[in-house]
Amino acid sequence: MAETTVKEKKSGLSFGKAERKLLTDPLNDNNPITVQVLGICSALAVTTLLNKAIVMAIAVVFVTAFANLITSLLRTYIPKQVRMIVQLVIIAFLVTVVELTLKAVSYPIYKELSVFIGLIITNCIVMGRLEAFAMANNAYKSFLDGLGNGFGYGIILIMIAAIREFFGKGSLLNFKIIGSGSEYLIDTNTSMLFGWYEPNVLMVLFPSAMFVIGVLIWIQRSWNKKLVDIS
Amino acid sequence: MELVNIFIKSAFIENLALAYFLGMCSYLAVSKTVKTAFGLGLAVIFVLGITMPINWIINTHLLGESGIFKTDLTFLRFILFIAVIASMVQLVEMVVEKFSPSLYNSLGIFLPLITVNCAILGGSLFMVSKEYNFSESVAFGLGGGFGWFLAIIAIAAIREKIKYSNVPPALRGLGMAFLLTGLMGLAFMSLMGIDPGSISN
Repeated sequence: MAETTVKEKKSGLSFGKAERKLLTDPLNDNNPITVQVLGICSALAVTTLLNKAIVMAIAVVFVTAFANLITSLLRTYIPKQVRMIVQLVIIAFLVTVVELTLKAVSYPIYKELSVFIGLIITNCIVMGRLEAFAMANNAYKSFLDGLGNGFGYGIILIMIAAIREFFGKGSLLNFKIIGSGSEYLIDTNTSMLFGWYEPNVLMVLFPSAMFVIGVLIWIQRSWNKKLVDIS
Repeated sequence: MELVNIFIKSAFIENLALAYFLGMCSYLAVSKTVKTAFGLGLAVIFVLGITMPINWIINTHLLGESGIFKTDLTFLRFILFIAVIASMVQLVEMVVEKFSPSLYNSLGIFLPLITVNCAILGGSLFMVSKEYNFSESVAFGLGGGFGWFLAIIAIAAIREKIKYSNVPPALRGLGMAFLLTGLMGLAFMSLMGIDPGSISN
């Protein structure tokens, strides 16, 4: 027992290669959305506007990181049979914190995200990482893993949202960039340059999220050959 | 008639899987063969049909201001809903294990994953935001489950067939499943033309 505590202290809070891998692996090789296929639901539903996606990404990073941390601290006390319910209660607690904070800080965005903040509870990323990582590793590593997976999720979310908002509404972060109409924030000369584009309403509708994510997977896999599905 | 409308609306027009993207994780993971998709679909209908009324009772009689405690306890909603869902899934798991061991084996890890199937919790949260009454919530639960069932059966059948097609290697499997779901979503969008209001008149 003493030996393991010493060991844990040694690997304590250092930031070496293994720790960096925990953070960077989920960004590409083990991305929660495009490789592990976790947390798709919210990725598709909140990506019509970039600012919604950013808020969602921050919320998920917070929840995955702290759920991993808390579960890892409690992992030796949780009986195996009831672990799912314990994990869900931890996640539900953190999500309630996020929900109430968001309600207080930015009510319009809270209204727009509606049920999808609550659905972070059932976001498989959180649950999957708790099961796969936090139940078997120490608190510091689990926290990093949670952060990494949150970022991996967030990066895809922001990419999809940027594509969908840009082509669907001709704007980014509600700032009009291309498209017809007189609501330009840039001067007329440049608007001549960008005015030809007619926003594609399909990109705002739900099937487009599927197409965008499918194409993203296609691009990622043709560039990262080891992810290709052989079966 | 109102209930039939809600059933049809939640099954086709506001399909949980294809219009709200709920339950996508298990939808994509279990849809490789029709047989397992069928089992999971049935389990989802059952769990949604049971949890929806239970959560309705909890929400109105326990958490609301007109409930037993006479105070606004809605901040407990997430925790109570997910606890009900987790225990119901446990129940379904035991029943399936008892009566159909082969189905139990083929569903494997995905049965506990119904707990984290967003369609179940999402259904309950939609029920709250749409302010349904008791019987409407039952119809909504069953309709939503049926719609999800249809969606997963359809994608599983397509994926079984597409195995024999010449898909680019990088798109094989997951990528193709996404594109197919997108196309199915487009098809389901045309069902929006059915206005349940006009049927009843």
